[in-house]
Amino acid sequence: MRHGRWRFLLGALVPALVLHVVFVLSPYAQAFYLSLTDWTGVAGQASFVGVDNYVRLGGDSLFLDAVRNNLVLLAVVPLVTIGIGLFLASMLRHSPARIGQGYRIVYFFPQLLSLVVIAVLWSFVYNPNTGLLNSGLRAIGLDGLARSWLAEPAWALGAVMAVLVWSSVGFYVVLFSAAIEGIPVELFEAAKLDGAGRWATFWKVTLPLVRESVQVAFVYLGIAALDAFAVVQIMTVGPGGPDGATEVIGMSLYRTAFSYGKFGYASAMGVALFFATLTLAVLALRAGRRERLELA
Amino acid sequence: MNPDSQLTRYPTRRALLRTAAVAAVTVPALAGCVTSGKDSSGEPAEGAEKTTDNPLGVKADAPLEVVVFKGGYGDDYAIKAEAAYTARYPQAKIDHKGLQKVGEAMQPRFVGGNPPDVVDNTGAGRLDIGTLVSAGQVSDLADLLDAPSLDQPGKKVRDTLLPGVIDDGTFAGKTVALNFTYTVWGLWYSKSLFAERGWTFPKTWAEMTALNAEIKKAGVAPWTYQGKYPEYINDPLLTMAAKAGGLDLVKAVDNLQPGAWKQEGLVQAATAFAELAGQGYLMSGSEALSHTEAQAAWCQKKAAFIPCGSWLEAEQKGVAPAGFDMVMGTVPALSSSDRLPVTAVQAASSESYVVPAKAKNVAGGKEYLRHLFSKESATAFAQANSTLPAVEGATDGLTLSSGLGSVRDAVTAAGTDTFSYKFRTWYGPLAKAVDDATGELVNKRISPADWSTRIQKAADALAKDTTVTKYTR
Repeated sequence: MRHGRWRFLLGALVPALVLHVVFVLSPYAQAFYLSLTDWTGVAGQASFVGVDNYVRLGGDSLFLDAVRNNLVLLAVVPLVTIGIGLFLASMLRHSPARIGQGYRIVYFFPQLLSLVVIAVLWSFVYNPNTGLLNSGLRAIGLDGLARSWLAEPAWALGAVMAVLVWSSVGFYVVLFSAAIEGIPVELFEAAKLDGAGRWATFWKVTLPLVRESVQVAFVYLGIAALDAFAVVQIMTVGPGGPDGATEVIGMSLYRTAFSYGKFGYASAMGVALFFATLTLAVLALRAGRRERLELA
Repeated sequence: MNPDSQLTRYPTRRALLRTAAVAAVTVPALAGCVTSGKDSSGEPAEGAEKTTDNPLGVKADAPLEVVVFKGGYGDDYAIKAEAAYTARYPQAKIDHKGLQKVGEAMQPRFVGGNPPDVVDNTGAGRLDIGTLVSAGQVSDLADLLDAPSLDQPGKKVRDTLLPGVIDDGTFAGKTVALNFTYTVWGLWYSKSLFAERGWTFPKTWAEMTALNAEIKKAGVAPWTYQGKYPEYINDPLLTMAAKAGGLDLVKAVDNLQPGAWKQEGLVQAATAFAELAGQGYLMSGSEALSHTEAQAAWCQKKAAFIPCGSWLEAEQKGVAPAGFDMVMGTVPALSSSDRLPVTAVQAASSESYVVPAKAKNVAGGKEYLRHLFSKESATAFAQANSTLPAVEGATDGLTLSSGLGSVRDAVTAAGTDTFSYKFRTWYGPLAKAVDDATGELVNKRISPADWSTRIQKAADALAKDTTVTKYTR
């Protein structure tokens, strides 16, 4: 009996493990190795160049632009998305059930579209001459605010970030709503009895009790902010422009590998990004683990 | 457990995928090649004896594998050439593949040492030809060029090609690629619109400026461009610079000579384009428009000129209204002291056919190209695709559309005065630096002096970079 169980367990686990090793871990190991070579992507040979590729990263101004932009994305996108998500979710709690449900579905819509579709649609919205945004501004007499959103260095990254926020906020509204619904109603009633207003209730009751969800959201959004490749590639001038204003690490990596044929150097970018993402995830989860609230 | 498990406890699937994506390409390759450097190429087919009838020594029964980019031109033209090949060598079995992502599909095969016999290395994601050359992956086509043309008696293949085609495929003195289509860059306008308004296509930049003022007064934007991809506005700028400074200017740029981007012609051309922007002659919003959006606006007569290569007419099929009659004009001369005549055009060939060095049937691959580049095959292509093929005289006697006719006339008028910059294909990072700088220039964010300083800096950095294979012309 016991013997049979082991066989079953092994039978279930080993194929998955093998697939994981072959298609996830081994490419990793190879990327780490390639990042130390000058492999061109088409040659049968690659020579070892040590840490040269990593040293280059420090002097590559376009890559540094990319790092800067990813950091801006990292600082803004998760915060804004979670802020809006929490706000909408806690508003939904106060609204009648049926309306709340309807809103939740509407907020979730962008999640159903592929990111590519979203990027294409938004580049239409941002079209300086016929786009929805500028036409809207002109229609209400705000001609002065209309501009070439994606072609001005000062606005391009913001325009990209708005799309990232728009496309992900719905998912987090649903996530946070579910977390808020999990909070026992008595706690809200108790707070109300103690004379807490909506604001105080939010800060003192809701937020601490959905903390874990918020933390997970930070990790996911942080990872998304370190990526942003698809939106940048499809929407922006250049792409990655104007003049590096929306360059992201993924974009640099892609160009270096597939346009410049420097797979070794591109792998170094990938490895750097891997560590950045890993550090972010570990930090975000560590930071939140310190105090765990317990429901009495 | 090993210490790593602590780090990988939390899921970072996105990062995993991303890093894996880079490495994944290498998976099939690594085992065989990168790590071990093993060369697993099969035995090349033994060549037959070279005769007048079989100048490349093709073994009649050797199979042939042809991989063609199936893009805007389809792959019927390549299949036709295959039929001609089998008519000559009925025992040869041809394996034809029409692909959209040629680069992606061919990369592992190049790395693995079992590439097909002919590859049309074209389209998005194509393999960088410079990288292929420096990796020794493509064969020298000299014997093909010296072989007699298939259907033009007394001529070698070399003599049947349009000017510049051989140069375009030549790297470090060896011709390794033959490009099948011929592209000419210029300024496009609607013949009917110009006739209706009484505008004449200008020959000099001074005339252009005067005409721009007139067009603007008429309520039409003089120029638009495909702003999302600044390389489009680069082309007329660099063309004008080349006309002013002659081929020496072009060569200095391509050879990464110190100070090449500070040459008078380049700075003056940059100044001309900065003024174009400064005078408000560029349609507002152009800087953010994709090529389809800008070209559509031009077809709606919102702008008079648009810079583009000769593919424009085919691309605007169905968008340009009836009677729009688009024609391509050559870029005006910068001044009367230009080194090249005003009829000179920037022209380059594309649809890049290579015969991989490790192919099993190299002779057959070259013989296939001899069939593909025959006049008959080229004429059929021109007819089917309204595109100029790289074979001279292929459009003779055909009735051409207004656009293609103007392109052919431009090529005829230019004669041997065609040129092209090679730095775009040789040095990707420099091309990117030029595109970025020109984008900034025509949006009035940098001055012409800054433009040349910036690009010069990028070119100097590239010249010093020992990891980049350098070419000279």
